[in-house]
Amino acid sequence: MNDLGQLSLLAIYGAMAAYAVAMIAFGVDLSALRDRGPEGRPRRAAAIAMTTTTLGVVLHAVGVVTRGFAAGRVPWANMYEFTIVFTLVAAGTFLVIQRWRDLRYLGALVITPTLLALGLAVSVLYIEADGVRPALDHYWLVIHVSVATMAIGIFAVAAALSIVQLVKERGERAVAQRREPAVALAGGSGGAAEVDAAPGENADRGFWGRLGDSLPSSAELERLAYRLNAVAFLLWTFTLIAGAIWAEHAWGRPWGWDPKEVGTFVVWVVYAAYLHARATRGWDGRKAAYLGLSGFALVLVNYFVVNLFADTIHGYAF
Amino acid sequence: MSYRPEGLRTLDDAEQGTPPPAAPTGIGVRGWLRWAWRQLTSMRVALLLLMLLALAALPGAFFPQTPQDAGAVARYRADQPELAAWLDRLGLFDVYASPWFAAIYLLLFVSLIGCILPRTRTHLAALRAAPSRVPRRLTRFPVHATHETDASPEEVTAAVRSALGRRFRVALTPDGVSAERGYLRETGNIVFHLSLVGVLIALGLGQVLSYRGQAVVVEDRSFANALVDYDTFTSGSLVDEDRLDPFVLTLQEMTSEFTVDAQARDFAAHVAITDPDGEVREDVIRVNYPLDVAGANIYLAGNGFAPHLTVRDAEGEVAFSQPVPFLPEDDFYTSRGVVKVPDVSPGLEQLGFTGYLLPTAVVDEVGARSVHPQPNAPLVILDVYTGDLGLDDGVPQNVYELDTTGLTQLTDDDGEVKILLEPGQEVELPDGLGTISFDSLPRFAALDVRYDPSLTLLLVSALLAMAGLSASLFVPRRRLWVKVTPGEGGRTVVEAAALARGDDPGLEKDLEHVMTAVRATGPTAQEDK
Repeated sequence: MNDLGQLSLLAIYGAMAAYAVAMIAFGVDLSALRDRGPEGRPRRAAAIAMTTTTLGVVLHAVGVVTRGFAAGRVPWANMYEFTIVFTLVAAGTFLVIQRWRDLRYLGALVITPTLLALGLAVSVLYIEADGVRPALDHYWLVIHVSVATMAIGIFAVAAALSIVQLVKERGERAVAQRREPAVALAGGSGGAAEVDAAPGENADRGFWGRLGDSLPSSAELERLAYRLNAVAFLLWTFTLIAGAIWAEHAWGRPWGWDPKEVGTFVVWVVYAAYLHARATRGWDGRKAAYLGLSGFALVLVNYFVVNLFADTIHGYAF
Repeated sequence: MSYRPEGLRTLDDAEQGTPPPAAPTGIGVRGWLRWAWRQLTSMRVALLLLMLLALAALPGAFFPQTPQDAGAVARYRADQPELAAWLDRLGLFDVYASPWFAAIYLLLFVSLIGCILPRTRTHLAALRAAPSRVPRRLTRFPVHATHETDASPEEVTAAVRSALGRRFRVALTPDGVSAERGYLRETGNIVFHLSLVGVLIALGLGQVLSYRGQAVVVEDRSFANALVDYDTFTSGSLVDEDRLDPFVLTLQEMTSEFTVDAQARDFAAHVAITDPDGEVREDVIRVNYPLDVAGANIYLAGNGFAPHLTVRDAEGEVAFSQPVPFLPEDDFYTSRGVVKVPDVSPGLEQLGFTGYLLPTAVVDEVGARSVHPQPNAPLVILDVYTGDLGLDDGVPQNVYELDTTGLTQLTDDDGEVKILLEPGQEVELPDGLGTISFDSLPRFAALDVRYDPSLTLLLVSALLAMAGLSASLFVPRRRLWVKVTPGEGGRTVVEAAALARGDDPGLEKDLEHVMTAVRATGPTAQEDK
């Protein structure tokens, strides 16, 4: 059992090494994108980054699975395990979406926090693999917690997309402002969506502006972030309901305003506000993105701050 | 903004068509009420209330809450009296029962109902109505296709119908074929919101219809579901405390398993239940696995040891003989307990004991401590007090605390008197006060009994909300129109377009599916896609 635990830790370290290489390669790719624009030579750095990310995800998965065998139960019964699982979901989601869309520009924003979280997991949160205490020994541990890790992993990728969306939107607005006089003179009807800058304008666009040219439009980024957030919101709703059912089994009440329950509820309400914001007049994708990002910030607070500092009956585990 | 052709009205329009009006003037009280109602039920205000709710719920995670942990609130008051006074004024020690929190969620639910009822009416009408009429120029839509074929208009229309299948509701109008799918999306949306109302009602009913009590039961002893047998009991306003379901529970055995390094692995309370109808059955209560008795759930909330202690007074009479629950304070079950002996022979002073039980005791120069939660080498260590226990004052006392105001601790030349007892031992009390013996070491189970008839409604509402939510998020809402007109030379011109609500990557696939069927009816003459 102990050997398996060691193997698991080793695999996690291996995944971290791979992610570190991927992170640097993604960074190189981004800076090259900036210099070169969307059309250019093949993105060799991005190819390296994707390969190492894939390797990292494989090692990561091996680390999670062997951890489960080492402990003789599902591998998400304490903060260390929860962290390695939800980061795996985030990195895995990032890889899976690539099958439909080129999201390589998002790599640095997904892999860097993943690496940070894993570093925190192995240095601060690590505990030896061990059996499960009676309070957690329940099939809802398998359901409630795994769905929570999935929700957090997907929220994370959506949040990364929202950040890119906001950066891109800023660039688009700058371009639109610069173009406005010309459009007005031509009596033009150029919509806000057609903002591709002419190549000559690139010189004075600044780092983010030029980087933004190689990204999809902010509207498309917003739609993609929305779809991920919608999936994750449904999973979060399920986490909430499953948690209430388990709480009824374990503590004799479905809802007791424990700090963890409060946090989960607040996150749910904020993401509900996000979904409403998209359907409300006068609220555009940008404001909705801010709501989504604050939702994810609260996910992180609910996980790290509430678990480690608040007086919660969820404290023994997550 | 997505492109909207003329003459097309959707629910989006209904939602967006009424811009938030500026505060009106000169419309009287009724006008103002209407204006306020329209404001409250607008999406904008719902959004505001949602954000307020999130904000209002947050403090409860960071300040101790009276219903959850009254002790922590008391400590907070002692540590920071000035801040605590302000928190008290704002209701921040009981956020979720405070008027301002209630105001927010009640307004939110009024807004929800005010918004969802008209939508339900609209949706019901839409369900009955035929699909929308075919717009004049289909080529203006972003997703459209045209085709010319030799087949007759009737053949094409039939092909379109069969291609649309059962997912679409189809209407054949003089202008062409109009089809819609995804009514379930709005149905899901409405079900989700109404289910939230169900959740709120269930929680409210739970407040008034439920009761909850705690009782400590020692092995071989019984507990009857009546108010007097509970250590603590709280109930909703509609619960008749004198008519609880009369079941009796006997704790036959309490078992526990630990690893060598004192990690808990299993707790089980083996019980015999006498149901209200007199039937007796045996069962096991585990952590996470409550026992259902007459609609109430019994939970295993805690466990520990209750050493059976016997005290004989100076005259040799048995003054006290019963198991005394000692409450565990750490992972090694170092447990604290109190013995109050009021019934000594007349003329003698009352006795009080307070101290610890160590299940696996190790005594060395550092002191005595427990190293494992199992009773491998039990030891009871007690301080002795004499005097007045204060039991006759009529003030309710905590059985786990010894009020030492009227008592004197016994001392000898070495300081405080410590009584050490192993199972089976009997020790003389100093000053000829009598003897105390440690007869046996049964365990106790701390049981939570909870009765809440609202749980079924809560579960059903929550599951309905979940189902409604997934439909409202993931069922695509699409409209598709096909115009079939006779063209030159006996040919048939087919124009088609599709429109979705919001972003919908599957829209073109639907149209393509229909067009494939159209193309199959005859050779292509001219394609314009």
